[in-house]
Amino acid sequence: MQDLMSLIWLIPVLPFLAFASIGLLLHRWPRLSAAVSIAAIGASFLLSLLVAIEIFGGDPGRVFEMSVRWLEMPGLKVDMGILVDPLTAVMLLVVTTVALLVQVYSLGYMEGDPGWASYFSYQSIFAGSMLGLVVANNFGQLFVFWELVGMCSYLLIGFWFGKPSARDAAIKAFVTNRIGDFGFLLGILFLAVVFGTLDFGQLAALIPAYHNLAVLLPVAILLFFGPVGKSAQFPLHVWLPDAMEGPTPVSALIHAATMVAAGVYLIARAFFIFSQVPQAMLLIALVGGFTALFAASIALVQNDIKRILAYSTLSQLGYMVMAMGVGAMTAGMFHLMTHAFFKSLLFLAAGSVIHTLHGEQDIWKMGGLARKMPITTWTFVIGALALAGIPPLAGFWSKDEILLGAYAGGYTGLYLLGSLVAFMTAFYMFRLIFTAFFGGNKGGEHAHESAPVMTGPLVILAVLSVVAGLVGSPLTGNYFGHYISVPGVAHHPANPVIMSVSSLLALAGIGLAWLIYQKQSVQAEDLRQRWSPLYELLRHKFYIDEFYAWLGKTFVDSGARALEWIDLKLVNGAVNGLAYLTGWSGRTLRYIVNGQVQSYAIWVVFGVALLLATALMTVFTVLV
Amino acid sequence: MIGLNHYLLLGTALFGIGVYGVFAKRNAIAVLMSVELMLNAVNVNFVAINRFLQPDAALGQLFAIFVIVVAAAEVSVGLALIISIYRQRQSVNLNDFNLMKW
Repeated sequence: MQDLMSLIWLIPVLPFLAFASIGLLLHRWPRLSAAVSIAAIGASFLLSLLVAIEIFGGDPGRVFEMSVRWLEMPGLKVDMGILVDPLTAVMLLVVTTVALLVQVYSLGYMEGDPGWASYFSYQSIFAGSMLGLVVANNFGQLFVFWELVGMCSYLLIGFWFGKPSARDAAIKAFVTNRIGDFGFLLGILFLAVVFGTLDFGQLAALIPAYHNLAVLLPVAILLFFGPVGKSAQFPLHVWLPDAMEGPTPVSALIHAATMVAAGVYLIARAFFIFSQVPQAMLLIALVGGFTALFAASIALVQNDIKRILAYSTLSQLGYMVMAMGVGAMTAGMFHLMTHAFFKSLLFLAAGSVIHTLHGEQDIWKMGGLARKMPITTWTFVIGALALAGIPPLAGFWSKDEILLGAYAGGYTGLYLLGSLVAFMTAFYMFRLIFTAFFGGNKGGEHAHESAPVMTGPLVILAVLSVVAGLVGSPLTGNYFGHYISVPGVAHHPANPVIMSVSSLLALAGIGLAWLIYQKQSVQAEDLRQRWSPLYELLRHKFYIDEFYAWLGKTFVDSGARALEWIDLKLVNGAVNGLAYLTGWSGRTLRYIVNGQVQSYAIWVVFGVALLLATALMTVFTVLV
Repeated sequence: MIGLNHYLLLGTALFGIGVYGVFAKRNAIAVLMSVELMLNAVNVNFVAINRFLQPDAALGQLFAIFVIVVAAAEVSVGLALIISIYRQRQSVNLNDFNLMKW
């Protein structure tokens, strides 16, 4: 145990080493770079697997921690350390699994790309940052890796920086995250000032005894800013759909294992803070629930295969955040895990389609792909079934846990909302499937199944999407919940009514999609015409981007103009005025310097006379 | 009866003439002579004050001798400068010496 645990630090460090060695030495040899990158993440995966076996084979309360002092100043001590508990172990396993499969898949997807070596080095540092974030034992270290994850997402979203849209998307992701991170940093500083420590263990001991809600409420809300940005919750969700400009394996990584998972993980990690503040919990639940519904409704009308998946991710992240908010932390983390598997599967399968269609992403220009690429199609269908929550696939169990948590926690409204979202999810996923994979052939005559290096990861992820849910299901006695749970919160027994209702809703969604897009007994065009205003609203994503653009144009631009005026007129005026004054006095006073020694002598005599007069006056005044 | 005030008035008048000469004369030698005049005005004051206020001590007279010695040295240096500048610029007119003008 101790031997293994003393090697944990290698899990994040190996990908960092791969990044450094590719960046400094190996970038001229793309194949070697990829091999190093995959070897590093593979080794991390094996270590994570051993750690997970160790942790999940033992006592749930066991925690391994080691740290060294990083910085110390009056009132604050920050360590650099490693904390491994069941929560960390499951994240390590999920992140390394998905990152490894994504990198293997990238061998096929990025074939022949000129930036191959830098692509793999970015992939490595992305995975390394996320792993460093997961093992962090305090907020300071977590924030460092949090920012690194943001930077890596910038690099990878903008990987094809020749495309203006990719550049814009990268900047948008970075700036949007910056807004959330600012609040997050303020929250961390708040914690440091109030408690003098950023260590999770010490804070977890201090905070339950600290009853001052006037302090804890702002802290909790500021900390929640971080997940709102990183996990793309409303109103900072705008970056995630645009992040589709990156290569598709990157989307899979961002949407499943890294980046967006960081926000949900943070809520779970800092749950001991949030759970003390009921108002913050309510806010989290409402933001999550709203995001889930909001994003699912937009996904209903998107035409780009990756954007449908992106809005689906938003919606599922909303689910997870909502689960955290209603107090069902176990369910949220469980859904994070299962979602990581089936969402990366869906993205990689979509990438397989896009790859074979030479970049075509419009689902209406696909169709009939099932016969040409059976592995991609059927793995995609498995992923979609898991996402829709069809028993007994992974998504069913985790989604059910969340609905159960909402219902049992007394949030009936959020339960109903979650059920509605489940229906919408099934509908938009099968709208995509029936349009793109079945039905008539609309282009893509040369479509063919992708290489084994791409389909292999798909099959592995498909298997995981089927079985991963079992660890948290009642069938295994809720194994997952034994290890990852909030102390003192009892697990609610499974409710067959909720299970059957959500399954029926998912089936209904699939059925409706089948009626409209496969059997075409209802024409989609008619529906569009009848609900034209609603359709337009959804198609424009509730005009949120337009609203932000307007905000920027109105307030930021006018503010900038005012500042420009101040800079040009007041600041520049003062500086130029001073310079002019100096010049003017020089030009004027130079006439005194006429080169005539005698005139200088007159000035001297005048001066002496003046001083003498003053001195005499003083003496005179004193005498009188 | 000629008293101290008469000598002091003579000294002031000599000094004023010397100052005027230093400011107004354009000939460098005349300026040098005016400086001598100012020094001699001081000498008159020294000797007169010595004579009328402290007749026992010869301090003022001694000081006047010092001033005469220093003045002789000063004149020799001053004339040397004027000769040197005349060789350079063929003039002893102060108006021509305006190299330090703006």
